[in-house]
Amino acid sequence: MGKTYVVVAEVRDGSLRQVTLEALQAVSIACQEGDSTAAVLIGSQTTKLASELAGYVDGQIYSIDHPELEIYNPETYLNVMKSVFERVTPDVVMLGHTAQGRDLGPAIAAHLGAGQISDVIAIEKGDADEVIYTRPLYAGKAFEQKQFTGGAQVVTIRPNNINPTEAAASAGEVVELDYAPSASLRSIVKDVVRKTSGKVDLTEAKIVISGGRGVKSAEGFKPLEELADVLHGAVGASRAACDAGYCDYSMQIGQTGKVVTPEIYIACGISGAIQHLAGMSQSRVIIAINKDPEAPIFKVADYGIVGDLFEVVPLLTQEFRKVLV
Amino acid sequence: MNIFVLLKQTFDTEERIVINNGEISDDGVKYVMNPYDEYAVEEALLQRDQHGGTITVVGVGPDRTAEALRTALAMGADEAVLISNDGLATDEYTVSRLLAAYLGQQSYDLILGGNFSVDSGGGQVAVRLAQLLDIPHTSSITKLAINGQQAVVDRDAEGDTETVEVSLPAVFTAQQGLNEPRYPSLPGIMKAKKKPFHRMAIGDLALSVSDAAAKTKRISLSLPPKREAGRILQGDHAQQAAELVNLLRTEAKLI
Ligand SMILES: Cc1cc2nc3c(=O)[nH]c(=O)nc-3n(C[C@H](O)[C@H](O)[C@H](O)COP(=O)(O)OP(=O)(O)OC[C@H]3O[C@@H](n4cnc5c(N)ncnc54)[C@H](O)[C@@H]3O)c2cc1C
Repeated sequence: MGKTYVVVAEVRDGSLRQVTLEALQAVSIACQEGDSTAAVLIGSQTTKLASELAGYVDGQIYSIDHPELEIYNPETYLNVMKSVFERVTPDVVMLGHTAQGRDLGPAIAAHLGAGQISDVIAIEKGDADEVIYTRPLYAGKAFEQKQFTGGAQVVTIRPNNINPTEAAASAGEVVELDYAPSASLRSIVKDVVRKTSGKVDLTEAKIVISGGRGVKSAEGFKPLEELADVLHGAVGASRAACDAGYCDYSMQIGQTGKVVTPEIYIACGISGAIQHLAGMSQSRVIIAINKDPEAPIFKVADYGIVGDLFEVVPLLTQEFRKVLV
Repeated sequence: MNIFVLLKQTFDTEERIVINNGEISDDGVKYVMNPYDEYAVEEALLQRDQHGGTITVVGVGPDRTAEALRTALAMGADEAVLISNDGLATDEYTVSRLLAAYLGQQSYDLILGGNFSVDSGGGQVAVRLAQLLDIPHTSSITKLAINGQQAVVDRDAEGDTETVEVSLPAVFTAQQGLNEPRYPSLPGIMKAKKKPFHRMAIGDLALSVSDAAAKTKRISLSLPPKREAGRILQGDHAQQAAELVNLLRTEAKLI
């Protein structure tokens, strides 16, 4: 009998996240003739998204739609997954390595007694058709190739590293499952402050503009934000900028922050400490703007501009605006 | 309140990674407490100051892990437990089973860990542990307030902030911003030497080697391709800006 792959879809701002399509692509690389794929869509008002998802999955799409599921809660979401597993016995569960997937993945793995390979950036088949997963160590200072040794498997996929799947040959079947709210939840989400709504997600962004201590103040991020707007990019930061209170820690890029792999990374007023490089050195093209010509960031940058970021960045915004509009 | 803190020892974040004979070389490497675990230790200290109780720091790893545990004792934790994984094929599954076997025999109100470890970065162990102990968890917290058997935490969800009410006992993992970890003081370091330090191995826990054996294995290691320094753009800033945009279109073909 073939293996059953289950992809846990993720919704953000009312749309399917790109990483869900990347996870589906990961499945199609890993799976063999005779394997089957199912997707799980948990949320509130999921009907439209479920039929959209059906265009990508040649299998069942379990849609669990309830107001209580609008916001991720590990307890309610794991309960839903348990009810799905009563219908399909998963061999492999794949999720995005996102705030949600990083949290739900290990909970599912513990529930299934499964092994888990987290933060996967590439998948390939070995000589004996075995599936090999590549993932970073030390935030990208090294990489390891891993395999499962047996039993159920959970995999989380880092956004922006695997090409998203194309539409499936035949549409999947949407199966709506009921949700029974639990009377005795041990954790309840009381409130959500959305700071990221409408903004491009840092880990999924094709272009990232980052500011460091050189930005000098919260106000100093303004020109970076304007450039990001023009490029539909996201704004990141060094730890020094976060520590100084110029911006939120959620923007931190590096070994103890987020790891990003955009097509274009623009470092503004960032010196290029090893802990920062760990988080961005896999970007396709790196651009550094720094007034110190000796700054280590220039050693990894494809293009460097030596100068004051407050002069250079607005000029860049102007130039990009010319060619993009 | 019985507080447990999960600790891992990692390479200092300054270290460059060298691969020797297919292994990551630990030659001359400086080890530190996993930076996220520092926030967990600090939070345990702050909570104990408020609510009383004892703090036990627990680490799974080789003998050298003792150093990180001692650092936590020097910061102010009361007791340390080192669970050896000597001779065990270890992955996150293994570590969570060892911790669950140990904690299953303890009485706990609050279990704190780091958001993830900066070496292998799996971010699995604490969440797995919560499931194995059948208690709730919230990961990546930036605020913790405890009132009786109820905790209110702020969770950082990729930039959004969720406020979650959780009943204790529970597991929380610390995100940057939770607090400002203290440095061990000299008297703290002296006192740490006299604090209880327990060592155990799988044989001391109700767990068999096959039950704890890793479910994943590493088959190879590699280093990222070296990045060469590129080109410093010339001219005045307006010319540099125009050239950069042009290069991104014609050379990199990204715009
Ligand atoms: C355990 C640990 C974990 C860490 N994790 C991370 C991490 O995840 N991410 C991270 O980034 N760091 C991390 N760090 C910190 C790291 O070591 C550096 O301190 C930090 O990256 C420096 O940030 P920075 O480049 O913004 O600041 P600085 O090193 O102070 O550099 C500022 C730069 O801005 C330039 N500059 C100033 N003004 C201007 C201007 N007007 N125009 C242009 N350029 C200007 C200066 O020439 C300088 O190069 C960590 C450190 C430790 C100990």
